[in-house]
Amino acid sequence: MNPAIRAPLLFGFVAVLMIGTGIVQGWNSALLILNMGLISAIMALGVNLQWGFAGLFNIGVMGFVALGGLAAVLISTPPTEGAWAAGGWNIVIGLLLGGMTVIGAILAQHRMALGRIRTLTTLAILIAGFFIYRAVFDPGVTAIEAINPSVSGNIGGLNLPVLLSWPVGGLLAAGAAWIIGKTALGLRSDYLAIATLGIAEIIIAVLKNEDWLSRGVKNVIGLDRPVPFEIELQQDPTFVARAVGLGLDPVTASGIYTKLAYSALFAVVLLILLWMAQMALKSPWGRMMRAIRDNETAARAMGKDVTARHLQIFILGSAICGVAGAMMTTLDGQLTPGSYQPLRFTFLVWVMVIVGGSGNNFGAVLGGILIWWLWVQVEPMGLALMQILSSGLEDGSALQTRMIDAAAHMRLLTMGLLMLIVLRFSPRGLIPER
Amino acid sequence: MDVINALVVLANFVIVPGLAYGAQLALGALGVTLIYGILRFSNFAHGDTMAFGTAITIIGTNALIAAGITFGPLPTALIALPLGIAATCLLVLGTDWTVYKFYRTKKAAPVILVIVSMGVMFIMNGIVRFIIGVGDINFADGERFVVTARGFREATGLAEGLAIRTTQVITVIVALIAMALLFWFLNKTRTGKSMRAFSDNEDLALLSGINPDWVVKVTWMIVAALATTAGVLYGLDKSFKAFTYFQLLLPIFAAAIVGGLGSPLGAIAGGFVIAFSEVTVTYAWKRVLGYILPENLAPEALVQLMSTDYKFAVSFAILIVVLLFKPTGLFKGKSV
Repeated sequence: MNPAIRAPLLFGFVAVLMIGTGIVQGWNSALLILNMGLISAIMALGVNLQWGFAGLFNIGVMGFVALGGLAAVLISTPPTEGAWAAGGWNIVIGLLLGGMTVIGAILAQHRMALGRIRTLTTLAILIAGFFIYRAVFDPGVTAIEAINPSVSGNIGGLNLPVLLSWPVGGLLAAGAAWIIGKTALGLRSDYLAIATLGIAEIIIAVLKNEDWLSRGVKNVIGLDRPVPFEIELQQDPTFVARAVGLGLDPVTASGIYTKLAYSALFAVVLLILLWMAQMALKSPWGRMMRAIRDNETAARAMGKDVTARHLQIFILGSAICGVAGAMMTTLDGQLTPGSYQPLRFTFLVWVMVIVGGSGNNFGAVLGGILIWWLWVQVEPMGLALMQILSSGLEDGSALQTRMIDAAAHMRLLTMGLLMLIVLRFSPRGLIPER
Repeated sequence: MDVINALVVLANFVIVPGLAYGAQLALGALGVTLIYGILRFSNFAHGDTMAFGTAITIIGTNALIAAGITFGPLPTALIALPLGIAATCLLVLGTDWTVYKFYRTKKAAPVILVIVSMGVMFIMNGIVRFIIGVGDINFADGERFVVTARGFREATGLAEGLAIRTTQVITVIVALIAMALLFWFLNKTRTGKSMRAFSDNEDLALLSGINPDWVVKVTWMIVAALATTAGVLYGLDKSFKAFTYFQLLLPIFAAAIVGGLGSPLGAIAGGFVIAFSEVTVTYAWKRVLGYILPENLAPEALVQLMSTDYKFAVSFAILIVVLLFKPTGLFKGKSV
C-alpha cells in the first residue's frame, strides 16, 4: 500500500481503538491508556533515534527512564528540613571525591608511560580514593537517613515546578549516556547491549538502595502535579455546575478533565520531539547518520567521525527516554523504584519500535501507542478468552482455575509472538522507513 | 589459631558459596559461549531457557515425590533433571526450527538475531509463567548439610563453624562432570570436532563436508542440557523464581565475555572470576579481619566494600575493565 495512505489509515485505526475503549470501558480508562501511550511513544522515539537512525543497540532504556523519574523527585519535592545541614555537604563532597578518583585513574592511564608503575599508580589512586570517598560519604548518608525515616529520610529536592523536571530528566539521562557511550561505544554492538543492560540494572539498584537520594523502596509519594487535583475540581462550584450542565457526574468529569490536561501536555511534548526528530532525519545530519548505519566503513572513508556521531545520537536518544521517564513519574505522582522491570521498560519499548517501523519516527509513535494499548488490553482479553474456553468445564475445577490464572501471563507471550511475527513477515514494521 | 578461625570464616562465607555460584555461572556462560561460537549471536533468551528447564524439572520432582520416589539424601530434582533436559531440548530445537533457522538461511546480521532472541525471551518468559507461576519455589529436598556448623565446631574445637550444604557440593560435582563431558565431546568425538571447526571457520568447515544442520542441532541440544543443569543447580542452591533467572543474564554474559566469547575454557574461568568478585566485594570482612588483625586494629564497622544489592555493579565493572583492556577476553575469544 502507498505509504502516504498507509500511515494516516493506521493512525486512524489507533484513534478508533481509543474511542472504542472509551465507549466500552469508559473515557477515564481510555484517557489513562492514551496518556501512557503518549509517554511510550516518546520512549519509542528515543529508541528509534538510536536504533532506527544509527543502528545502536541500547537495551538500557529502563535506566534512563528511571533517571528521569529521579529528576522529578529531585526537582519538585521540598528539601527535607535539616538534611543539608546534617550531611548534604558530606554527600556532595564525597561524590566529588569519588568522581575525582575515577578521573585521576583515567588520567593516570592516559598520561603515564605503559608499564608496571602505571598499573600500580592507577590501582593506588582507585583504592585510596575509594576509602576516602567512603569516609566522607558514609557519615552524610547515615545522618540524612536518620532524619524522620518514616516520612522523609532523604535529602529532598529543590521545590521547583515539576514541569522543570522534564528537561532535567533528559539532562540526567544524557549525562549517564555520555559516560556509557564514552566507555562502550567503541566496542561491538553486542557489548554495547550488555553494557546498557548492566547500567540500567545498576541505576535501579542505586534508586532502590540509596535511601538518602530517593527513599529507596520506601518510595516517594505525593509529587507535585502540573494539573489541578480531582478533589479540588469537585469542590469548585463553577466546575461542578459546568459538569452538570454537560450532563456529567462531577467525579467522572474531574477525572476526565485532569487526564485531558495531561494528554494535552504530553501531546505537546510528543509533537515537539516528533517535529525535531523529523527535521533531524531530513537534514544532512540525518542522512549522514543513516549512511553511517548502512555502511560504517564507507562513511569513515568519507571522513565522518563515526564514534563521535554515535556518541551524539546515543546521548540524544537517551535524553528523550529520560524526558519520558520524568513525564511518567509526574503522571504517576510517585517514584517507586521497585516497579521498574526491564521487560516492561526496556524490551516492551523495543517491541514498539520494531512493530511500528524502525527508522520511521511516525512508525515509532504509532508503535508506542498501539503496543501500549495492546499491553493493557491483552490481559482482560486473555481472561475473557480463557473464560470462554473453560466455560464447558466444571465450575471451580482445577483446570479451570489454572487456565484463568494463566491469563495473567498472556501479555509477555503475546508481545513476544507479535514481535517475532513482525520481524519475520514484515521486518520493516507497520510504517516502514522511506 | 586465629588464622585458622579466619580461614574457616572465609571458607564458610566466601570460598564455598563462591565456588558453587561460580560453577552455576560457568555452566550458564558455557551455553552462551557455545551459541555465540556456532550460531554467532548473543542469545538473550538464555536466562529464560534456564528457567524453562528448571520449571519442568520442578514439575518432574513434584511428580516423583508424589509417587513416593526420592533420591535418599540427595535432592530428588537430580532424578528429574533428564526430563527437564529433554523438554528443554525439544523447546530449543523447536524454536530453532520455527524462528532462528529462517534468519540463518537468510544470513541475517547478528544484531537481528539478537533482537529475534529478545522476542523468544518474551515468549519463553510467558511460557514459564504459564506453567509454574511467578512465586518463589524451593524444591531442594533430602539432606540439607554435608557438614553442619555445629558438627564442624565440635569436631575441630574451633570457635568458628563451617557449614557446607549438600546443594553446594552437588553443584560443584555436577558442574565438573558436565564440563568434563563437554570437553571430552568437543575434543574427542567427530561431531565435537566438527563443531569446533565450524566455530573457527564456517566456510572451511562447510568445504570439508561438515553438515551445518547437524552441527547446529547438536549445539542446541548441548546448550539445552547445560542451561537446564545450570538452572536446576542454581535453583537447588538458592530458590526458583522466574524473574531471578532473567536477571542472571547479566552475570552470565559478563562471565562469557570476560572469558572471551566463543571460548569454552574462558566461560568457565569467567564464571569463577565473576562469582568470586561478587562474593568478595559484597562480603562484610569484619569477622575475618577481627581474627587476623591485632586487637587494637580490629575494625568497628562491617568492612563491606559494597552492599549486596550492588552485585550487578561488580560483574558490570569487571566486564567494562576487561573490555577496555582486553577486548577479546581473558582467553582470546572471537571479536566479530
